[in-house]
This record gives sequence, structure tokens and C-alpha cells, in this order.
Amino acid sequence: MRDRQAAQQARRAREFQAFVAGAAGRLLHAATLLTGERPDANPRARALLTAALASTYASWDRLRGEDPYDRTRTVLVVRFARGAWRRSRGRGGLLARLSPQERLVVVLRLYEGVAEEQTAALLGLGVERVRVLSARAVAAVLHPPRGPAPGVSGVSAALGGPSGASLGKGASP
Amino acid sequence: MSQQERREAVVRGMLDAEGPVAVPVELHADAVRRGARMLRRRTVVRRLMWLLLLIAVVAFAVWAAQAQPWVEPPSSRTPPLTSW
Repeated sequence: MRDRQAAQQARRAREFQAFVAGAAGRLLHAATLLTGERPDANPRARALLTAALASTYASWDRLRGEDPYDRTRTVLVVRFARGAWRRSRGRGGLLARLSPQERLVVVLRLYEGVAEEQTAALLGLGVERVRVLSARAVAAVLHPPRGPAPGVSGVSAALGGPSGASLGKGASP
Repeated sequence: MSQQERREAVVRGMLDAEGPVAVPVELHADAVRRGARMLRRRTVVRRLMWLLLLIAVVAFAVWAAQAQPWVEPPSSRTPPLTSW
């Protein structure tokens, strides 16, 4: 009994390590896009991914053929959508200027290539709403609103504007 | 390819061009530590529930053996005397 448990634990550790080695980079990038942080300064994204991976590890023996990558991504997205993470403003990342919901749609639809219907189901939105959010987000990424003049960047930081990121960086924990 | 699809493809390219993101070495160990803690906690909760169920079953069995609720209680009143 104890032997079997130990063997199962060793197998789980081995498989999980292989999974993390292969998938963590892409998942961390997705998490970084979600939190709107810069790729080289992403503490929130790391915390988010650590929590999602821990949940995957805990249910590893009960996956029954389900893809661990899909599962981790779902946990990641749901945690971000429900948790306190979305209240945080972006910090200089590519999607920092988008709303959390727009970031969710962009990451799922464009970065991860999840179908519109699945994205809608996962976020609890209508397909039409997902389409609208996606179009708006794409427009915002391609044509960012003109940044304010350097003299008034303090105002933009308060509004969470694009140049606010470089200012907010010093204050971030 | 529609205009919207083209724009989406451009954004997809921007997202992909940003990576890869360096994964900190301690992330795997942290995830395993937290995941193992969750597993341990679940095991403890499951055992407690089984223990509770066992206690409930034993308590019920003891009570039933002692009270014997299936036995009809003896009549407390004598039936009226109608004839000798």
C-alpha cells in the first residue's frame, strides 16, 4: 500500500515536471498578457500561474485523459476573471491599456486560438459580446490613442494611460 | 481574408513576437509545494468525513439495538371486559 503510494507520487512528480518544463513558458506569457505586465517584471502573472499549476498538480491523478495544459489555462483564466487580479491595472505590457475583459478575450481568442464559442462559454458571455470585445481590443492595440505630452504624464498615470506604466513601475511592489 | 481577420493576424503576430517569457526556476517548486499541500488537506478532510460517518453508523446501531423501535410497545390499557 505504502509502496504503491510512493510509486504514484514519484510518477506524478516526474510527469508534472515534464509538463511544467514544456508548458510553463507559454502559460506564463499568457498570464503576463492577462495581467498587463511587462514580460521582464511580472510578479502578478507568476503568482497567478503558480496557483493554477498547484491546482493542476493536486488533480493530476484524476485528470483521466484531460489535457493538463487546457486545464491549467482554464483555471488561470477563471481565477483571473473572478479574483482580485482584474482590479489591478496593467503595468506597461502590450495589453496594459485594455480592460481586463478585453485582455481575456484577446489572450483566449488570438494568443491561444480558442474558438469564439468556447471563449464565450468560458467567460460566461454571449458570442456576440465576445466578437464586439475582440474587435474593440484589436482596434485599441493597433491604433493606441495618442499619448499625452510629456509634461502631463502625471495625469495619465492617474488615468492608467500608456505612459503611466513607466511611472507606476517605481511604486509597484 | 476579411479586414477584421487581417487585423487579428497582425495582433497575433505582435503577441507572439513578444515572447518567450523567462520562467523563474522556483515556480515549479512553489507549484508542487502548494499542490501537495492541497492534496494533503483534501486527504485529511476525506478521512474526517469517513470517521464522522463511521461514528454516526455506530451510534445509530447502538441506539437501535437498545431501543428496538421496530417492536410494538405493549398496550398500556386493558381492553374493556365485555363478557364473562
